[in-house]
Amino acid sequence: MEITTDLLNKTVTRLSSKDLSKGQVFTVDWEPNLAYAWDDGVAIGRYLKELKRGLIMAKRCRQCNRIMLPPRMFCERCWRITDEWVPVEDTGTVNTFAISHVDWAAGRIPKGQRFFTPAVIEIDGASQGMGILHLIDEAKPEKIFIGMRVKAVWRPEAERVGAITDIKYFRPIG
Amino acid sequence: MGRRRVAIVGAGMTKFVRRALETPKELAYEASKMALESCELSLADIDCVTIGTAPDAFDGVHMNGEFLIDGSGAYRKPVMRNYVGGGTGVYAPIHGWFHVASGMFDTCLVVAEEKMSSCQPHPAGAFLTIFDHTTEQPLYPTLIWIFAMEMHRYMHTYGLTKKDIAPVAVKNKKNALDHPAAQIAEEITVEDVLNSEVLAHPVHRLDISPTSDGAVAVVLAAEHVARRITDKPVWIDGVGYALDTAYWCTRDLCYPEYLEVAARQAYEMAGIREPHKEIQIAEPYDPFTYKELHHMEGLMLCGKGEAPRLLADGVTQRDGNLPVCPSGGLLGVGNPIAAAGLMKVAEIFLQLRGEAGKRQVPGRPTTGVAQAWGDLMQVGTVMVMRR
Amino acid sequence: MLNRVAIVGVGTTGFRATSADVSFRELTYEAAVKAYADARVEPKEIDGFVATSEDFLEGYSIADEYSNDQLGAVHKPVSTVAGDFMQALAQGCMMIQAGFSRIVAVQALSKASNMLTQSDLVHFALDPVYNRPLDVHADFIAGLEMNRYMYETGTTREACAQVVVKNRRNALTNPLAGHGAIVTVEDVLKAEVVSYPLTELDIAPTSDGAVVLVLASEDAAQALSDLPLWIRGIGWSSDTPTLESRDWGAAVYCQMAADMAYKQAGIRSPRSEIDFAEINDEYSYKELQHLEALRLFGPGEAGFLTESGATEITGEFPVNASGGSLGSGRLFEATGAQKILEVALQLRGEKGTNQIEDVHVGLAQTWRGVPTTTGAVAVLSNE
Repeated sequence: MEITTDLLNKTVTRLSSKDLSKGQVFTVDWEPNLAYAWDDGVAIGRYLKELKRGLIMAKRCRQCNRIMLPPRMFCERCWRITDEWVPVEDTGTVNTFAISHVDWAAGRIPKGQRFFTPAVIEIDGASQGMGILHLIDEAKPEKIFIGMRVKAVWRPEAERVGAITDIKYFRPIG
Repeated sequence: MGRRRVAIVGAGMTKFVRRALETPKELAYEASKMALESCELSLADIDCVTIGTAPDAFDGVHMNGEFLIDGSGAYRKPVMRNYVGGGTGVYAPIHGWFHVASGMFDTCLVVAEEKMSSCQPHPAGAFLTIFDHTTEQPLYPTLIWIFAMEMHRYMHTYGLTKKDIAPVAVKNKKNALDHPAAQIAEEITVEDVLNSEVLAHPVHRLDISPTSDGAVAVVLAAEHVARRITDKPVWIDGVGYALDTAYWCTRDLCYPEYLEVAARQAYEMAGIREPHKEIQIAEPYDPFTYKELHHMEGLMLCGKGEAPRLLADGVTQRDGNLPVCPSGGLLGVGNPIAAAGLMKVAEIFLQLRGEAGKRQVPGRPTTGVAQAWGDLMQVGTVMVMRR
Repeated sequence: MLNRVAIVGVGTTGFRATSADVSFRELTYEAAVKAYADARVEPKEIDGFVATSEDFLEGYSIADEYSNDQLGAVHKPVSTVAGDFMQALAQGCMMIQAGFSRIVAVQALSKASNMLTQSDLVHFALDPVYNRPLDVHADFIAGLEMNRYMYETGTTREACAQVVVKNRRNALTNPLAGHGAIVTVEDVLKAEVVSYPLTELDIAPTSDGAVVLVLASEDAAQALSDLPLWIRGIGWSSDTPTLESRDWGAAVYCQMAADMAYKQAGIRSPRSEIDFAEINDEYSYKELQHLEALRLFGPGEAGFLTESGATEITGEFPVNASGGSLGSGRLFEATGAQKILEVALQLRGEKGTNQIEDVHVGLAQTWRGVPTTTGAVAVLSNE
């Protein structure tokens, strides 16, 4: 059976955004009240605690010899518990990045405001390719390149709470 | 008993639109009804149902699969909802395949539905919650960031420019002009793509598939039943799926290794040794332009970094040696997350039966592959079909 | 005849009100490590993984992204069933029977303690147009059903309360169960009314916990385990999701799932061919309603039989020797996992104080909770 235009035209009624905003169709609105308190657990609990102290903490699996970020209590490849905690540097190399003109809700960034430049940053001291997601700043977006060397810019100690945002962003070095 | 041969015997879908009046249940109903009618079956002939629908955040109902049960013909039937993010569209028929190939059921209705427009102010916002709540969400990331980063890594690794990739949008949006369900089919040029608004460098607006409302359904049947229903069963000869680590920042994003793992599973089951020669028509997942190329390579339809050359040489056009996304793909037809992949399965189904109308590729292909992808650049779901 | 599938390994963290010391990853890892060790397999030998989760229970979207590292399942076929563990178990069986996998791991977990707004969460599952605007806590659905069930079968509130007494007492001697308590029928009836006729004590509190099971095809099972537990039948079914068109008295989804499981298992008179059951009792009356839907007791009989002690551990047909959901805690998608786990442990003779004598065939039954009418039934045996 060929699926034809006639057949498909009967299946949906297209609406425009004006139909909604001008109340042309009946709608029901609902804002869910969903709040969660996720248990950090052992590995991430320590990770956050160390971030508060201004340190990035990784964990090693002696079998595959990876030094892993974010740290984890088990090695998903070797299927065994991981071994020692390994403090790593707060410098790294940009593995890839983007220059975003939109925010998380798909809103356009207002004129004059700096675009977001998220990046995957391979952290020095962790295994090769062990990256974390963070933001780059203090650099013109068009000057950022894959392979660029960066360093973390931390919040002042008193403002750190034990979160990934205790690092404000990474800035270029060297 | 062992494995039984399973065929797709019918398919149906709704038009894909940015915003539909119909409720999720109604969308599922329209697609299911059409699928049943296409093979002249009634709901009484269906032994079980599998439902694919991606994040509940879009439809705005917790346990969305339960909500869809009556619209999917699953009332008082064994029904389950399967879920692998964007890979769901091709995973849903694999899930259905388990039901029938195992011998537990003779027929299965596979329904995939998504109503993204319910999510306000914009469905894109729901993607914030796919990131790790502790190590990533506080940075307020969005889906476009990681696509842009993956595209960037792919381009950097193989020395590609945006000009090498943009023709995917041109091809697929043009192909979609012949797809009656298409949401944003149009004739555009490479310049149009490069001139369109930059959302997150290197991604432009025309590199991206739209958010959509829509549903697709297919009917599966065991061999002895399939042969009674139709003289053109399309056999599910190979299935495969694989999930990579959730730690997506620790992988090189230039190549979808997990997809190769899934493809190998499916090809082995189907007895395919040289996919680039034996696959005659392909529908890889194309939510962004570069993904079609990325996935062609993961599906081993060409070597790593070679897909742009096939594109440039016209090999992947409808009349080329290996038509890719003859449907118009997600870029042209639309992207209601879970339903999009099933649209691709339906396309291969129709193409192999010679029922694809103006989209029909020349020659009479016997072997096709449909593939979907999703999660944090993590999952590959692959289905090989033959007539 | 379908190929036989067996459970060859089980692992769990147990079920308790909070699990603050571990993340969801670490919780699942613990259950997985135990299950794989029990089955004597390494994850690399496992060729199929089925996880269970619902986005809003976990608190993030596309929850299946985070399913596989802690199962050792990188680059493996992993998928998620947005449903109960027993549906995932059914999928695991079909994967083996289709010859796609030889060994499958099935997982579920609950981190209920992390959900700060549970009422709003369940509310969000109600139909947005017809039901949510009524703005009543979703337990009202169970209240309506309990009322109708009592009316149709003549079951009393006291009989329902006896279920709570039995199950919470059983939980005291189950090291896996976190909500053991001594309560009396009077305590239950006099507790604060939540949604008449349900009081607070009629409703299971929630728990955290993870379960991983390892399934194997017949030949793999014989090689891996000295006591494989055969899944003789498994069925699942959904009645209507809408409140307006449902049958309120009988649990039709349970009847249909049971019919499917019994047919596969070749069971004609369940009561005489099955030795014990672990079934969903997250609202007290549900144990009775489900027992009748399973045809283990006749309509209206479950209540007075429970009051006479028939379903105690030492009774003629032990039900929820583990303490059930009332005693272990409500586990959302992992509810069915707790049932299957407890049936498996009974059949392996590992239940200590709560061990039922001489058991060979056990039944596990689950329901997904309000507002759904979805449930599953499985029959397991150790022969």
